[in-house]
Amino acid sequence: MTQALFAAALLAPDLPCPAGLRAWNGSDPSARLAVYRNNVVSSLIDAMADTFPVTQELVGEEFFRAMASVFVRQHPPRSRVLAHYGGEFAEFVEGFEPARTVPYLADVARLERARVLAYHAADADPMTAEMLGVAMSSGEDLGALQWVCHPSASVVVSAHAIVSLWAAHQGDADLSDVDSAVPESALVVRPGLDVLVTRLPPGASRFITALQSGAGLADASVLAAGEAADFDLPNVLALLMGHGALISVQFSGSRSP
Amino acid sequence: MSAPRTFLAQRTTRAASAGPRVHTGSGLFARVGVGLKPEHFRDVLEMRPDIGFFEVHAENYMVDGGPFHHFLGRIREHYPLSLHGVGLSIGAEGPLDEAHLDRLAALIKRYQPASFSEHLAWSSHGGVFLNDLLPVPYDRATLDRVCEHVDRVQERLERQMLLENPSTYLEFEASTMDEAAFLTEVIHRTGCGLLLDVNNVHVSCVNHGRDALAYIDNLPLATVGEIHLAGFATDRDAAGAPLLIDSHGAPVDEVVWGLYAAVLARTGPMPTLLERDNDVPGLETLLAESQRAEDLMPALDDPGHCGIHWGCS
Repeated sequence: MTQALFAAALLAPDLPCPAGLRAWNGSDPSARLAVYRNNVVSSLIDAMADTFPVTQELVGEEFFRAMASVFVRQHPPRSRVLAHYGGEFAEFVEGFEPARTVPYLADVARLERARVLAYHAADADPMTAEMLGVAMSSGEDLGALQWVCHPSASVVVSAHAIVSLWAAHQGDADLSDVDSAVPESALVVRPGLDVLVTRLPPGASRFITALQSGAGLADASVLAAGEAADFDLPNVLALLMGHGALISVQFSGSRSP
Repeated sequence: MSAPRTFLAQRTTRAASAGPRVHTGSGLFARVGVGLKPEHFRDVLEMRPDIGFFEVHAENYMVDGGPFHHFLGRIREHYPLSLHGVGLSIGAEGPLDEAHLDRLAALIKRYQPASFSEHLAWSSHGGVFLNDLLPVPYDRATLDRVCEHVDRVQERLERQMLLENPSTYLEFEASTMDEAAFLTEVIHRTGCGLLLDVNNVHVSCVNHGRDALAYIDNLPLATVGEIHLAGFATDRDAAGAPLLIDSHGAPVDEVVWGLYAAVLARTGPMPTLLERDNDVPGLETLLAESQRAEDLMPALDDPGHCGIHWGCS
């Protein structure tokens, strides 16, 4: 009776009960193994439901738990820290045939996963308006400035109205007013204790991901404008500042201010 | 196998309220604590309940930042802390996860808990984390391996750990000793302490047709550093016999309260945790239930009782 066999039996309900197990009263040990099988799978499904509450609301609890039970057996956690679990779920949902009728489901799951990552991400103080002013009036080449995003910040790009759908499930909007076919991208960031979810204007997601990969202001703006002709740099910078999504600005080769 | 070792207990530097305190081997005071749940973070800071300590699951705090660390840091300023691991997989056939030990060491350095505890169980295999406390056979090979693992934990964390008796639903044909004898041997060889989960005693004894008091009397009660209390759910096995499930989702059962009183009569006052991880009620409900445990603590008028001495903080 090795732990490999025991572990395999826990995740595969069709496998027979491993040999070498017994009950004091001589009863069939498979009924007792079922307790462990249920503990493992149910607790992982519960963890998924905690991470993806809107995804669950969109398809209903029964459908969600059935879908998650397939997922947790195919993708059991590789980390002992459950906050890290569920990274493959959105991709799994995309390929899950019974969910095909809800085309935005996978992207809503991506948004919810981004929220959990932001919730537990490293802390950092957002850049203040004073710091921004110092950088802007420094006389340095503004285009070469490198803006450092908050460690909790991420963007989720979608062909569907994921921010509106998500917001409707927070009671912030009426779901019947949402046209799910409108493309939306989300900024997810936690500047303090609360995770913020914001719909991004055109080009902004490209701009942010460029900043995150180390591009300077000028290069990031060019990339964003290439994606959206009406990319509005001052507006996007104000949005990022307003949501605490930037923590510092540095000149190439030196740290400042 | 290494010789028994003695670890200095970590002493808390402050108690939650004034008054005489009993020090115990775990470093916690002999008072009642409750599990700290995120939904109670703000209530704890606003109410500042008079309670002995809070306990957290270590793995929930193995994240970079965010509200969990924010609130635990603030709550730790006012209360002793017990750090309770659920993912170390001490009973695993494979080696301990050194990266996980590093994460535990970092948490201990950051929060200076009065006590660290883990389970006689395994939860990971082949890189997969199963998120449950799984049973081990009680044989020589497992005993040697568990002792090696406990030795390594105590060496890496530079402190004594408490090992918790498990709730189990199955037994192994390979077992050559009973659970109490196995635990006694681990504690004797490694110098770790016992986290006596009284609910687990009841659950396992019902599930395996044992007598709970006889089981308790076969444990090395002088090494108990903390007691756990929790609720269970009731199922049936294939023969229709009761099968109790350690659910942590219900109030403490009357039978468990009775066993707890019997344990206290043998050990004297003990740091006692009220665990509740599912269907978590409001903080005030938990505090009311914890008060019953505090009321059951033997009168603290016998300083020599069971060798426990008066606190000197």
